[in-house]
Amino acid sequence: MKVVILGCGRVGATLATQLDRAGHSVSVIDSRSDAFQRLDPKFRGDKIVGSGAQEDVLRRAGIETADAFAAVTNGDNRNILASQIAKEIFHVKKVVCRIYDPLRQRTFGELGLEAICPTTIVADMLFDSLNGIR
Amino acid sequence: MYIIIGGGGDVGYYLTRNLLHQGHEVLLLEKGQERYQSLSDELGQSVLKGDACEARTMEEAGAQRADVVIAVTGEDEDNLVICQMAKKRFNVARTIARLNNPKHEALFQKLGIDVTVSPTKAILSLIESELPGPHFVQLMILQKAGLEILEMSIPPLSPVAGKQLSQINLPRRCNLVLIIRDKEPIFPTADAVLQANDDIYALVTREAEEELRDIFGTA
Repeated sequence: MKVVILGCGRVGATLATQLDRAGHSVSVIDSRSDAFQRLDPKFRGDKIVGSGAQEDVLRRAGIETADAFAAVTNGDNRNILASQIAKEIFHVKKVVCRIYDPLRQRTFGELGLEAICPTTIVADMLFDSLNGIR
Repeated sequence: MYIIIGGGGDVGYYLTRNLLHQGHEVLLLEKGQERYQSLSDELGQSVLKGDACEARTMEEAGAQRADVVIAVTGEDEDNLVICQMAKKRFNVARTIARLNNPKHEALFQKLGIDVTVSPTKAILSLIESELPGPHFVQLMILQKAGLEILEMSIPPLSPVAGKQLSQINLPRRCNLVLIIRDKEPIFPTADAVLQANDDIYALVTREAEEELRDIFGTA
């Protein structure tokens, strides 16, 4: 399948590398070209420099033929905007994004956006790990 | 009316002042400490420090009872989130967003933002209308009515040059509101005669724009 990933930070780069290794066709977008250094040297996918909240940048990354889109920049709102562009304008079948703010994640979840909130996930894991200690 | 404004830049500041002056209850939200300080020195209780994208700030601002939420930060993504949160979480009846990138207009409308205002587009149109030579400029969009206000100059070889208005077959949903000839305004009547280089102001539905351009030869 063809996947477009917005944001080449630690999560974006790791995800891109994993999907590439699994045999998928991957394009990664980041506003800074040095972010691509985080990718595995054997990464075969496309690297696109630009702001992913813009339609022409997404188009350059091949969003029109993509099966999936993931928004993992550092900005919750940027991820929200880009995901909604992917869904509403380009009708990408599978769209998923990261939202740090739990309240925002819940609201946009209710609005139909598949959003993962690392804050609650990590807090829950830490809680479970610490809660058993007496 | 109770109006909440997100983003205390120049637009947010002047908007708050105007709306207060008109007698509305207004609360301006600004997240930057320094900017908040200088705004609250002047506007006092009408400014609250906080990020309008955060549900907690909006709750503190009393978004539940707001009649209108207006998002005018410099970032489209923030304006979108402010308006969508206001609608979904706080059931605000009317949301208005400033668009910095005119290309986001269709998306915002699709996502249920009631009104979008694009300064970039407005400035481009106004400058274009001031440039000499033939032009066709969209001055304003009346979203709710689905209408546009257009300014166009009549090209020298236009099929309507020299014709009486009553002889011109205008689109059904179109009104010529004003003719400017050599800086003089002429209020159109049926016997007014159009001349080349006249500036025409028209009120027209979006669908009829093409037809109007064909008739006037400005396509």
